[in-house]
Amino acid sequence: MLTCQQLTELVTDYLEGQLPFRKRLSFHLHIGMCRDCRTYVRQMKLAVRTTGALPPGDIPDEVRDQLLRRFRDWKD
Amino acid sequence: MHVGAVNRMRAPDDTEGGEDAVLIARLLAGDEQAFVEIVERLHGSLVRVARAFVGDRAVAEEVVQDTWAAVLEGLPRFEGRSSLKTWIFRILTNRARTRGARESRSVPFSSFDSVDEHEPAVDPARFLPSGKWGAPPRAWNEDSPERLLARRETLAFLEQAIAELPRSQRAVLVLRDVEGVDADDACDILQITENNQRVLLHRARSRLRAALEQHMAP
Repeated sequence: MLTCQQLTELVTDYLEGQLPFRKRLSFHLHIGMCRDCRTYVRQMKLAVRTTGALPPGDIPDEVRDQLLRRFRDWKD
Repeated sequence: MHVGAVNRMRAPDDTEGGEDAVLIARLLAGDEQAFVEIVERLHGSLVRVARAFVGDRAVAEEVVQDTWAAVLEGLPRFEGRSSLKTWIFRILTNRARTRGARESRSVPFSSFDSVDEHEPAVDPARFLPSGKWGAPPRAWNEDSPERLLARRETLAFLEQAIAELPRSQRAVLVLRDVEGVDADDACDILQITENNQRVLLHRARSRLRAALEQHMAP
């Protein structure tokens, strides 16, 4: 039987579709019964999706200008 | 709760296939706006990944500048066997690796492979001796990325948490979860094994979840 602590170490393998059949089954059985681990898995998924939704950072003006100069040189 | 959910969770990879072709055509035609768009989209992630190989921020910026130059040079010969994004990151890490080997203060690349020290996903003190939760995860009110990021301080907090990850974890996380690069390409870009990629990703995600929990439900 999978413990909560063991489950937290398997979440990425699970989300990556890398758990062997039997472990995936234990994982499903566990989260079916354990509300705390369901919360945990939901938070992991939300953390991943939130990371993916981060807006790109700003580029310093001088870096952008330098890159644009490179582009114009390349174009010519 | 099934494997299909994984794909929906990834950052949308909006440079794949057809859009790549359109973008490349615009770049080759000398469209400055196209260049600004791709630079704005990728520059930050390129710097973060470069810093996994060269510690110094200024040196990493230089590597990224060189990368853009090499991208422009190589673009007419780009064959589209990988996505444009993957190709750009591959150029970056090739350069960063060479540069990192020259920089005495850089972390040796092999540090990517030293993932054997145990780093638990959750503080062991939160579990009972039986392995059940003693201090279970605290629920968050916000339940969508949009709602989380709508709070400026949460956005800044998450960016800070990413910046504080160990370099190798950060490089994997930026490729996989920020840029939506798939696992095979991430391994290829960073020259690490599949297993190490997954361990580093797991640790990085676990740290970010813990940081968000701390922030959302202190």
